[in-house]
Amino acid sequence: MFARGVIRKRGLMQLIFEKSVKGRRGFINPKSDVGLKAEIPLAFRRNKPCPFPQVSELDVVRHFTILSQKNFSIDTNFYPLGSCTMKYNPKFCEAVAQIPGFAHLHPLLPQLKKGESLTQGALELLYDLEQWLCEITGMDNFTMQPLAGAHGELTGVMMVAAYHKSKGNKKKYIIVPDSAHGTNPATAAIAGYEIISISSDKDGGMNIKELQEKITDEVAGLMLTCPNTHGIFNSNIDKISKMIHAVDGIMYYDGANLNAILGRCRPGDIGFDVMHINTHKTFTTPHGGGGPGAGPVGVNKKLEPFLPISRVVKRENGTFALSYDYPDSIGYVASFYGNFALLLRAYAYILQLGREGLKAVTDHAVLNANYIKDRLKGKYQLAFDRICMHESVFSASKQAQRGVHAIDIAKFMIDQGIHPPTVYFPLTVKESIMIEPTETESKTTLDIFIEKMLEADQLSQSNPEAFADMPKTSPITRPDEVKAARDLNTNYFTQ
Amino acid sequence: MTPYIANTPEEVSEMLKVVGVSSIDDLFQDILPHLQPKSFNLPDGQSEFEVFEHIKSLAAKNANDLIPFIGGGYYDHYVPAAVSALISRGEFYTAYTPYQPECAQGTLQCLYEFQSSICALTEMGVANASLYDGGTALYEAAMMAIRITKRNKIVMDGGVSPIYRKILRTYTSNLDYEFKETPVTHGRSDRDEIIKLLDKSTAAIILQNPNFFGAIDDHTDIIEKAHALGILVIESVYPISLGLIKTPGAMGADIVTGEGQSLGLPLNFGGPYLGFMATKKEYIRKMPGRIIGQTVDKQGRRCFVNTLQAREQHIRRDKATSNICTNVSLCALQSLIYMTLMGQEGFVELAQLNLDKAEFAKVCLEKIKGVEVKRSSATFNEFTVCLPTNAMNVIEAMIDKGFAAGFPLGRYYPGMENYMIVAVTEKRTRAEIERYAKCLQEVLLESAVSCN
Repeated sequence: MFARGVIRKRGLMQLIFEKSVKGRRGFINPKSDVGLKAEIPLAFRRNKPCPFPQVSELDVVRHFTILSQKNFSIDTNFYPLGSCTMKYNPKFCEAVAQIPGFAHLHPLLPQLKKGESLTQGALELLYDLEQWLCEITGMDNFTMQPLAGAHGELTGVMMVAAYHKSKGNKKKYIIVPDSAHGTNPATAAIAGYEIISISSDKDGGMNIKELQEKITDEVAGLMLTCPNTHGIFNSNIDKISKMIHAVDGIMYYDGANLNAILGRCRPGDIGFDVMHINTHKTFTTPHGGGGPGAGPVGVNKKLEPFLPISRVVKRENGTFALSYDYPDSIGYVASFYGNFALLLRAYAYILQLGREGLKAVTDHAVLNANYIKDRLKGKYQLAFDRICMHESVFSASKQAQRGVHAIDIAKFMIDQGIHPPTVYFPLTVKESIMIEPTETESKTTLDIFIEKMLEADQLSQSNPEAFADMPKTSPITRPDEVKAARDLNTNYFTQ
Repeated sequence: MTPYIANTPEEVSEMLKVVGVSSIDDLFQDILPHLQPKSFNLPDGQSEFEVFEHIKSLAAKNANDLIPFIGGGYYDHYVPAAVSALISRGEFYTAYTPYQPECAQGTLQCLYEFQSSICALTEMGVANASLYDGGTALYEAAMMAIRITKRNKIVMDGGVSPIYRKILRTYTSNLDYEFKETPVTHGRSDRDEIIKLLDKSTAAIILQNPNFFGAIDDHTDIIEKAHALGILVIESVYPISLGLIKTPGAMGADIVTGEGQSLGLPLNFGGPYLGFMATKKEYIRKMPGRIIGQTVDKQGRRCFVNTLQAREQHIRRDKATSNICTNVSLCALQSLIYMTLMGQEGFVELAQLNLDKAEFAKVCLEKIKGVEVKRSSATFNEFTVCLPTNAMNVIEAMIDKGFAAGFPLGRYYPGMENYMIVAVTEKRTRAEIERYAKCLQEVLLESAVSCN
């Protein structure tokens, strides 16, 4: 639910620019103590000041506080957004990220002569995190550089390309199942590959027969989310690996759903050669309203020579250093050593939970998902009626016949104070509703959610028209998305 | 148990009963025995207090007390307390990408205001809702120019950050694009060298202002020449400098990118940072990344949504403009709050302070025998210094005096071993600058003695 103060203020929410009053100040800079005033030569000078708003600090604080209250967030609402892993972000991890010894550390310091000695703590942390991620996933090495999951995918696929180039392989295609996240085909295309799409079988896994038919010597690799976006673990994953390896293809593990298998299965053990991790999913770094993320990439020995530089190494004397001495490396994929402050949070989380805690994460995520699935399956069409992993996919097809679509159920949930599940993804299921509760939610919360979902089903029978006006309690009602794209207005200053 | 799992043993048994299995292990039956982990040897869990102490001990191994005169695109600016107070609100940082606009108006309006602020800063028509960082944003801009022009060659000025240039080369090594770089000097862009490299296959010229050596420029003439040949110009900018220096919009640039770290983000040993991108309105459909648009709800009230999503990977898959899924919303918000607090007057003052302190530092350094401050080009808050000896060694010696004295150009530019770039932000006091000059003089004297 939205805060009461906000509901009273419904109607036009002013932009910060509209609150500007000439002469008002939000911050006072220190006075100059150098006794000279320099000038930019006329030819290089800005001709009119940047029209940032003129507001007081209180104006700023109130403006953004009220805006924050127009959001749903994990801290305020249950957020069963399938495929997104919206679990609680521990406050402790936030506090760790504020420690000045890390927060104010300049990234160029270790590149100075003997500069590594200035950043031993940071390098040690990156080194230890790499070791832990290797043990969690069964990979041999990790790079921390990629700045998000999709960025990790690109890094991984570029290493696949470098591998084939080094062997003189002529490769053209990357195989992607139709249940994959959109980033997989987009990444492969941007890295220069064409896509072969494989359909799903009736159990929600990959259609092995079709895969067999489509594999050729020109296949560079296969990108797979495991468990997949149907929430299903492919039991024949080792067979798939063998088929791909038979043509010297590379098995890419999309780590989006790694949170479903911690301590239960390791990608490196079951044939995957390269993978990325979304730290904001499995290791609960905050989503931030859409980033920043971090996407470490792990590889086995086959792809190790191609890892990006720099790499953190441990010297014999126990100190840590950056090494750039990898002639086959694909090079720099980011300016520095990754989104360090997020890696720091992930480090703190892993260390706090430890071996047993991480296993428990997976156990409870899977239990919670199955509990919801079995409570809802009488009323909502279950896409694949079997045990699921950390998420399950329903179809609102029964409700759609009554005129109530997945999007309507989503809007209904907003009025219940619950963030809607993911709708219309995966694309393989019509009217899909994808539910991922995560391990941090209690049975109490799940029961409330289930009750509300059942209520939505009931309402779809008794009064399907009621959905048209939903949501009613949110700061706005349904927006006109067509107008947004047609009468483009993306910048206050040109309107 | 961890503090982040709520189910009690009783609840677990109730739930297992509903699912129809007798234990949690039964839920993992699809993971056949031969697919189970070969090992999982992680440390035992620790209490919050223990982990905190451990991480504090790691932080203590970093050199936290050096006075920074190091920049290179990443600067030590003061961040007002209100910035971190506001972005620490859970309603912001624990929200997801705003796919459901009715319950994400906070994030959406912030991103619209961010886009508007970036347009104001750069004097461009449209901006996206942010990209990973300045380096990857520049790569995205190059790809965008290739899409718009349907040409495949990029000309890069040697004054563009060497780190960014390395990133661009990595991303395009498997693709059929040609990269040409102009030779490096420490001053402004060399017009003749750039023009020599232009031809009919050139999609874009990449320039940076101020460039890596700190030199500021007006690229209007290059941009006019480029446009006459159907070539786009991409400008990578340092946002704080735009409080005073001529904007890429005023020069006629087509695509503008930049590193937004200086707009209220801590240095954080390299990230998270903030990539921003702005362009002319006519190119908006070719721009990668999320874009927020204003519209109205059913009652006709102003509201904000993700728009032009048909460019993005979750709709277009392998035909998308970029593989980017997310942006860096929280960093964008952080910079928005920073720009808003600075305000119209404060932002100009801030830029002026940076300029004044850097000019003061130049005067102090020039007094040292054998030190030459390069003055062939005007600069903003970072400038090139030529030392009588190897800059790497001088900077190393300055660490013992308590300073991160600058960045040695020899690291990325062979032949410039005696050069360094020195950054002076508003945080550097007169006393610090004077002590820095004094220490540099001592270090140079000592090194002269040791040479003899």
